[in-house]
Amino acid sequence: MNIDFNSEKPIFMQIAEGLEDAILAGAFEEEGQIPSITEISVMYKINPATALKGINILVDSGIVYKKRGLGMFVKAGAVKQIKEIRKEKFFEDYISSLIEEAGKLGLKENDIKEMIERGFRR
Amino acid sequence: MSGIEVRNVTKTYGRTVALNDVSIDFGENKIYGLLGRNGAGKTTLLNIINNRLFADSGRVFADGESCIENDKVQSKMYLMSEKTYYPEKMKVKDVYKWTKNFYPDFDMDYANQLAVKFSLDTDKRVDSLSTGYNSIVKLIAALCVNTPYVFFDEPVLGLDANYRDLFYRLLIEKYSINPCTMILSTHLIGEVSGVVEHVVIINKGRIIRNESTEKLLSNGYTITGTAAKVDEFVMGKNVIGCDVLGGLKTAYILGEHPVMACEGIEISKMDLQKLFVKLTNDQEA
Repeated sequence: MNIDFNSEKPIFMQIAEGLEDAILAGAFEEEGQIPSITEISVMYKINPATALKGINILVDSGIVYKKRGLGMFVKAGAVKQIKEIRKEKFFEDYISSLIEEAGKLGLKENDIKEMIERGFRR
Repeated sequence: MSGIEVRNVTKTYGRTVALNDVSIDFGENKIYGLLGRNGAGKTTLLNIINNRLFADSGRVFADGESCIENDKVQSKMYLMSEKTYYPEKMKVKDVYKWTKNFYPDFDMDYANQLAVKFSLDTDKRVDSLSTGYNSIVKLIAALCVNTPYVFFDEPVLGLDANYRDLFYRLLIEKYSINPCTMILSTHLIGEVSGVVEHVVIINKGRIIRNESTEKLLSNGYTITGTAAKVDEFVMGKNVIGCDVLGGLKTAYILGEHPVMACEGIEISKMDLQKLFVKLTNDQEA
């Protein structure tokens, strides 16, 4: 997980997505503990308030939960849930921008379809 | 009221106005970035709050009490600055011993641990240390005094990249475990932009910005494109600076990010360093 301070994306969003990626990759297992606010903020040299804001996104969407006095844990079913959310965003994040860029280059629908097929054959 | 309140402070040195009717609050348990160019008045402001200098006029309060010649209030504050006030022939460990005398909450064990992390030999005399290690001696003291208000004036002066990195990590760790108000005065903006929650920009003795880092950054953007397109786009907008590279023009704009870009124009975020440079650049203003 990397934080890009020059990215358009706010740092707290990058923290939330980075942790989601780590959960998807199995680095943090379901019902397993995730790093504390202190650990995250020290690691990435960010204000703890920013780290907290990132974690709270995951708490609000029910991907992680707090155990009082113990720390933050990944909820059972989190992997499935992250995938669902990401699938919904896939169109927005990838397909829309793909069509926009294709428009600039004068690529037609069929050209894109061919490219996608080529991509899958690789 | 808790926190530090600076009210209408003016300070002049001969004809030079170092601080011009400055009013600012530093709230509890936040990390502030006090940013300004050389000679902007950062050090003067910190020295006045910490009773090392007297203002010509104006008042300073901490937790509702005046800071001026007030030992009780001053014991809540620690200023780490380039100037040192202990005898230079003193050994590092004696500096810490004396600091503990003035600041009873000084954590000697932690100071010794940090000395090891920075490979600082506390048996050495302060005047035998390099510029970087002189800063390290003072940084360690600042991280160990445990006062509610800690001011860092150019904390990383002379520190190499590794030790700067270590310092920022220790600072965040300390703050995260045991929150206090920290004010970082620096011009190394890129390094602190993720660390500071609130930004105060001082220019020519006046406060020109006082906002949360997030709000400040969301209120500026850059656009790049052909000069004609850019000129058309920026009409009526608050442009704080431009860069031109052949036919390509970049304009720095204050205001909400536009939702949609026009064709041929690229909108991107402005980072704190760029925003600072453009806001405090006399030539272009």
